[in-house]
Amino acid sequence: MNNNAIVTKDLTKRFGDFTATNAITFEVGQGEIFGFLGANGAGKTTAMRMLCGLLKPSSGEAKVAGYDIYTQTEQIKKRIGYMSQKFSLYEDLTVKENIRFYGGIYGLSNRQIKEKTRQLLARLQLEKEAGHLVSSLPLGWKQKLSFSIAVLHDPSIVFLDEPTGGVDPITRRQFWDLIYESADKGVTIFVTTHYMDEAEYCNRISIMVDGKIKALDTPSGLKKQYNAGSMNDVFLQLARAKS
Amino acid sequence: MQPIIVENIHKSFGDVKALHDISFTIGEGELFGLIGPDGAGKSTLFRILATLLLADEGNAKVNGRDVVKEYRTIRREVGYMPGRFSLYQDLTIEENLNFFATIFNTTVEENYELIKEIYEQIAPFAKRPAGKLSGGMKQKLALCCALVHKPKVLFLDEPTTGVDPVSRKEFWDMLQRLKTKGIPILVSTPYMDEAVLCDRVALIQKGAIMQINTPANIVAGFGMPVWAMKAKNIYRLIHDLRAFKGVLSCYAFGEYLHVTLDTELDDVKAYLAPLGHEALEIKPAAPGIEDAFMQLMQEQNELT
Repeated sequence: MNNNAIVTKDLTKRFGDFTATNAITFEVGQGEIFGFLGANGAGKTTAMRMLCGLLKPSSGEAKVAGYDIYTQTEQIKKRIGYMSQKFSLYEDLTVKENIRFYGGIYGLSNRQIKEKTRQLLARLQLEKEAGHLVSSLPLGWKQKLSFSIAVLHDPSIVFLDEPTGGVDPITRRQFWDLIYESADKGVTIFVTTHYMDEAEYCNRISIMVDGKIKALDTPSGLKKQYNAGSMNDVFLQLARAKS
Repeated sequence: MQPIIVENIHKSFGDVKALHDISFTIGEGELFGLIGPDGAGKSTLFRILATLLLADEGNAKVNGRDVVKEYRTIRREVGYMPGRFSLYQDLTIEENLNFFATIFNTTVEENYELIKEIYEQIAPFAKRPAGKLSGGMKQKLALCCALVHKPKVLFLDEPTTGVDPVSRKEFWDMLQRLKTKGIPILVSTPYMDEAVLCDRVALIQKGAIMQINTPANIVAGFGMPVWAMKAKNIYRLIHDLRAFKGVLSCYAFGEYLHVTLDTELDDVKAYLAPLGHEALEIKPAAPGIEDAFMQLMQEQNELT
C-alpha cells in the first residue's frame, strides 16, 4: 500500500452546500496509467486540484507520492508534474527559455538543465526550433513540449488534464507514445480525456458521476461488466444513468 | 440554389497561410461537416462566411448573396455560433435569448417552434446567469440564440469541443432534428467520430481541404486492408511493428493497433513469432474516418 503513487480514502470537497467530490476512495500504483473520466461537472477537476495540493479537502484522507495532502503540499508539488489542456507554457519565451524557466522553478542545477534540454530537444526533434518563440509552434508540438516539460524534473506522478483536446489524430498518438514511454520508466500517469479511444490506452479507469466514483476497473473489465462493445458505450450507460 | 458556395478562397495572416484554395458547396437541407484539428483553418473559414473577415482571394456566397457586397443582408439571415462561448455571462438565460431576438427585430415567441425542444431542456434554469451554466447547458443556450431569428443557414464552429461524450451525443441528436426542418448546417469539429453523423464532410488540415465526400465514400476510398492487432504489452508491440519494413503504418486505436502493410500478413506473423509477445491477437479491422484522415495527412506531409 505504501508503494502506491496515490491513495485516497473518502476524499470529499464541499463548496457551500454543494458536494463537488463525494467520498472518493481509490489507489493508483506506481508506473500505472490511470484514466480519470467523467462528464463535465462530475468533479474531476476538483479532485485533481486536491491531489496536486492546490485545494484543501473538506474531509477524507489522501496521500500522493507518500505525502499527506493536508500537511505536506509543498513536498507533493516537488514530486509531481502537471499539464493542463489550456496550454501552460509562456508563449513569448522561446522553447529553450521555457525549458530553462521550468527547470529553475523545479530547482534543477544549471548542469542538469543543460543536459535535460539537450535530451528533450532531441527526443522531440525540436533542435531547430529551440530558439523559436513557443507561440510560433503548432498546437500538437506545444502539447508534446508541455508534457516533456511537465516531466522535466523526473516526477513520480504526472497529472494530465485533457492533454489532447483539439490535437490532430497523428499528433494525438505521438503524444500517447510519450505517455507510454514515461510509464515504461516508472512514472505514474493520471490522465483525464474526452476521447474514449484514449481511455482504452489506460491500465485502469475510474468514471465519476455527480462527485462519486461509479466504476473503477481495467477497460476490458468495465466493458465486460457493462456488457458494452466500447468504452464509449460504458461511459454513456454510466453517465446517462444518473437521475 | 445552393445555400453555401465557396470558390477558391485564400487567406493568409502574415506568413501563415490559414486557408489555401478552399472550394465546396452545400446543398439545401444538408448537414455538412468541416473535420480537422485546431489550427486547420476552420474558424477562419467560418469568419469569412459570417462576413467578419475578408478573404485575400476567391468568392463565397451564402444564401445566394455575396459575402463582401451583401454582408449586411447575410448577417440578418445566418445563425452563427462561434467557437468561443460569446453570450453575456452576467445576463440570465432568458435575458440572453431576449437580447438576441431583439437585435434581430423579432421576439422569442415568434419563432419559438424552432427552439422549443432545445429551450425546454434549459428552461428550468431560465433565471440563472449564463456564466454559471455547465458546458452542456451553455452550448444549448448558444444554439437557441443562434436560432432565435429563424436563420436560413446555420454556422456552428466547434460546438462540441471540450464537451463530454454524453453532451456531445445529445447535441448531435439535436442537429439531426434541426436538419429535418430544412436548415442547411455547416458544422466543424476536431472529433473524427462525429464525421459519420454528417451528410458530407470536408477533411481539412493545415488550411487545405484533403477530401470532400460522404463519410461512407471516404472510408470506402481507404483502399487497403487494415489489421487490428494487440498483445499484452502493447507498447512493445507498437515498437516492434514500427521497426518492421513491411509495416506502412501502425497507430493505436482504442484497445487495438491499426496496422497497414505493404507485404503479406504471413510475413508479419513470421516476424513477430520469435519476439515472444504474450496474448498476441491479429484480425481484420474496418477502417474508419480517422484512419482515412491520417492516411491523407501523411500524403499531404509527403507533398510538402
